[in-house]
Amino acid sequence: MTDSTTSSHYAPGTHPDLPPPRRTTGVVGWVYKNLFSTPLNIVLTLVGVWILYLIVPPLLDWALLESVWTAENRTECWDKMEVAEEAACWAFIKSRLTLFIYGFYPEAERWRVNLSFVLLIFAILPVLYDKLPGRRHWMWYVAAFPFLVGWLLVGGLGLAPVETSEFGGFMLTLVIGVTGISFSLPLGIALALGRTSNLPALRILCVLFIEFIRGVPLIALLFVASTMLNYFLPPGTTFDLLMRVLIMVTLFAAAYIAEVVRGGLQGIPKGQVEAADSLGLSYWKAQRLIILPQALKISIPGIVNTFIGLYKDTTLVLIIGMLDPLGIGRSSLADAQWAGLAREVYLFIAVFFFLCCFGMSRYSLYLERKLHTGHER
Amino acid sequence: MANTDQTASAPELDSKVDTSESTISIRGMHKWFGDFHVLKDINLEVTRGERIVICGPSGSGKSTLIRCINRLEEHQQGSIVVDGTELTSDLKNIEIIRSEVGMVFQHFNLFPHLTVLENCTLAPIWVRKMPKAEAAEVAMSYLERVQIPEQASKFPGQLSGGQQQRVAIARSLCMSPRIMLFDEPTSALDPEMIKEVLDVMVELAESGMTMLVVTHEMGFATAVANRVIFMDGGEIIEQNEPNEFFTNPQHDRTKLFLSQILSH
Repeated sequence: MTDSTTSSHYAPGTHPDLPPPRRTTGVVGWVYKNLFSTPLNIVLTLVGVWILYLIVPPLLDWALLESVWTAENRTECWDKMEVAEEAACWAFIKSRLTLFIYGFYPEAERWRVNLSFVLLIFAILPVLYDKLPGRRHWMWYVAAFPFLVGWLLVGGLGLAPVETSEFGGFMLTLVIGVTGISFSLPLGIALALGRTSNLPALRILCVLFIEFIRGVPLIALLFVASTMLNYFLPPGTTFDLLMRVLIMVTLFAAAYIAEVVRGGLQGIPKGQVEAADSLGLSYWKAQRLIILPQALKISIPGIVNTFIGLYKDTTLVLIIGMLDPLGIGRSSLADAQWAGLAREVYLFIAVFFFLCCFGMSRYSLYLERKLHTGHER
Repeated sequence: MANTDQTASAPELDSKVDTSESTISIRGMHKWFGDFHVLKDINLEVTRGERIVICGPSGSGKSTLIRCINRLEEHQQGSIVVDGTELTSDLKNIEIIRSEVGMVFQHFNLFPHLTVLENCTLAPIWVRKMPKAEAAEVAMSYLERVQIPEQASKFPGQLSGGQQQRVAIARSLCMSPRIMLFDEPTSALDPEMIKEVLDVMVELAESGMTMLVVTHEMGFATAVANRVIFMDGGEIIEQNEPNEFFTNPQHDRTKLFLSQILSH
């Protein structure tokens, strides 16, 4: 091994594969290459470590080590601390937890929300994980899921009706987010196909729709939903506010999805369509089997980006008076018993949103890796 | 040469009579790309089992001509009848003809998101409604014929160019086409891979397949073609059986072209 550098050992054609030089692989190699390879890299590494040292220990102290978890009100909380107001008072969040989760959903009916959440997990699983045994049959359940949960949450047909104005908290976020995400994707794909179609009337219609929705802020659309839509409907029709919000959020996200998917469609070489055509596949079969699977794969980062944006934008319903987690947080802070604990509230909400969005982001990376099939074309 | 063929399209028997000789019949066909007159008054009769090589300088319209035969390009004047069915804007006819006419492209155009086997079984399953297991069996037999059955579960991106092109040929054959179109099948290949593709094509020709091949492989033309067609400027300039075509070209433009491609 020591004389592996002397090269004339082997007859031509018999040179074996030798291991790479030490310190280029393994942990040492990685640390050297990524953290200390150049003077600038060394400086950046040290600065990074220093910044982490400044931020992480005090944050841990505040949020976990010194924090207070049980108290009746803020003064009791502060009394329990070494220095008042220098640590987190999670007792506040604990006392409001049901409000944060269920909003004003009637206490006796909260099992319906819990059941819906369990059902949601079972609906997401077959969608996200394609190796699930019997996935084909699960899909029927997935298709029925929105109606099942809609019935569970709103009631009627044997269940006590619950007004949608009593929805709130994380449950409201999930209702808007999941509905928006699951309906905007198919609608967005349809719009993208329409916009790239050869039929001028269809194309113009799709372009007008997409450009209108993209040109108007979501808040404006939500105001339209909450105030103006009644003028356009026949007098006397009552149209649930939540329903109107769901429609607006879905349309809004669909327009963005459409543009992302259109980008993906343009990334598919013309030869793919020609190959599908030459095999006798019809337009729809070619789209479904050849074009869309490839276009959607390219579009995954953009689609997930849109979904994450949509999910966070659900907090905008606060402006038209719905009580999403931010709305609940704000009204909780108005309580004199707990006033002044804004940091705890907003950090708590931020962590909830971060976990959801980070989950989506990681899933999209997993999906990209899974769908990678060697070099393209 | 025209065996008693068992045509499925029974209602078209009468139109079949005058085309029993020609499996492809192109008459007075013109095509324009915008203002550019790319094909001018093309007349071509192809009999069953005939192997035709089409050559000519780039931009002469040879690719466009064979792409008109399965309507990847639309012609604007004249008529094209394939296997008794005339190509019009009728989508049904187009799909029938496309499922009877196989095409192999310069850049293979395999579906990168599907395995080699799935590439081959897709059209039989979705167009011919063949059961999955049967389609897989047929596909494996054709993959054996092009000598890459061991690659069936790989993705196209993992294969060499020559292997990809052989898969593309197998994919077309899985539809049991009556006619095969080849659009410069070896032009995008590294030199050492050209032979493996040509070997498959020669074998196919020997099995009696009707073939139209756009290529500059003059060795292939001499070996298997019944007829060589020379195109230039959107016209068929000259056609002849290969030996005569190469040794005794009639037209000046043919002579010039041959001197250019055979000079080294």
